[in-house]
Amino acid sequence: MQKITKDILIDKSIELLSSGKVNRVLGWKNGEFDYDVTPYVFKTEEEIKNDFVFNGFSGANFSKYLVKETLKSEEKVLVFLKPCDTYSFNQLLTENRFARERVYAVGIPCEGMADISKIKALTDEAISKISFEGDSIKVDTLYEGEFTLKCEDVLLERCVNCKSKKHVAYDELIGEDGEVIDSHRFDQVEELERMTEDERFLFWQNELSRCIRCNACRDVCPACTCEKCVFDNPESSLNNKAISDSFEEKMFHIIRAFHVAGRCTDCGECSRVCPQNIPLHLLNRKFIKDINSFYGDYQAGEEKGARAPVVNFTFDDIEPGEAVKRGDGDNA
Amino acid sequence: MQIKGEYKPLIVAFCCNWCSYAGADLAGNNRLNYPENVKIIKVPCSCRVNPMFILRAFQRGADGVILCGCHPGDCHYTTGNYYTRRRMSLLFSMLNFLGIEKERTRVEWVSAAEGAKFAQTMNEFTEAVMKLGENKRLEDLRCKR
Repeated sequence: MQKITKDILIDKSIELLSSGKVNRVLGWKNGEFDYDVTPYVFKTEEEIKNDFVFNGFSGANFSKYLVKETLKSEEKVLVFLKPCDTYSFNQLLTENRFARERVYAVGIPCEGMADISKIKALTDEAISKISFEGDSIKVDTLYEGEFTLKCEDVLLERCVNCKSKKHVAYDELIGEDGEVIDSHRFDQVEELERMTEDERFLFWQNELSRCIRCNACRDVCPACTCEKCVFDNPESSLNNKAISDSFEEKMFHIIRAFHVAGRCTDCGECSRVCPQNIPLHLLNRKFIKDINSFYGDYQAGEEKGARAPVVNFTFDDIEPGEAVKRGDGDNA
Repeated sequence: MQIKGEYKPLIVAFCCNWCSYAGADLAGNNRLNYPENVKIIKVPCSCRVNPMFILRAFQRGADGVILCGCHPGDCHYTTGNYYTRRRMSLLFSMLNFLGIEKERTRVEWVSAAEGAKFAQTMNEFTEAVMKLGENKRLEDLRCKR
């Protein structure tokens, strides 16, 4: 699935660690199963040699981890960034969320990451082993035997509609830089816009009612870096871990998406981590699409220091009534 | 809100202190009629209205929410309503995307001299919400009496 192997990254980590340029490495480590690769801060060469992995499940976007990691030490931390991660990286720099001089960023190419729920749907829940071989994935299951899947069939949603293979920020690049891709990422949003209000309501009621309010989407989002969050306020009647009313899930998702409107780089982490497979990226993309259509094309994180559209204005902006009609697609 | 079998929508109107609230005052002084179920909340500037306020109003039983501010260019704080305009364009478009009827939300610019426009806007808006009926899509059963 990935063209570069973990060995290249391990060599690079050890080289930088032993030369003293960095004193720790933010990388991926195998979890309990082959498919739950988790972020980990490696501090020694042994750890890196034994535990470092990079494969089709290394989806985690490390940009947000830098906010806390850079506060821990004045020494540099090495971080590996895939193209989509570099947009979040730039966006966080724009918001002054971490000190750039404490980070050594290595850009790595990415061929798309695998979605374990798609793999499970095509094979079986009980997966004992997964290995990547070129463009195919070999899956061993406990009860259903072996499967061989094509990588392109099990890509994460965000990778199916990959917006860019270009790195917008790095200190050093492994491999070659790609191009911004003319993706069809708004197709699904447009499809929803073409529905009537009633159909849309039913669609979202169906999707959002599965929400268990685990807050994983908030915790993983590189745009959500407030230290105090409205959803942690016990007085807010919105902090229940088990939702008690259908209003609460709608409120949560509207506000979550609104808080990152104009700052969301469309990295797709929210949908990746959602245990209930709610298509949360559609809410973010609706905002991105609206911003593009109302205020001109804007890609958060593309340019460091850019002013986000929601904290900006022009004298002849579209009126809200007009905006809602335009956002309603063909029904207007 | 159901009163004696007759449906009267509850409308929450956020009015900015400098223009729209004074406009509402003028409507009152001129004895212009507008529905009594419009509940006005005075805010220092239309920009003070956080998207949470709008959702909170729906949560607590509002059937429609209207936001009134100074005309663009006339903001007492120079630029407040320009931000409101962007914010509410995005929020209301998102609410509609989630299936909330677009007639339930509205932004109107009303100056202190436009008492008649205030009354007319409120009449129109209340009528539009009346047609839609009760707000079922953004209601919170915990807040029902």
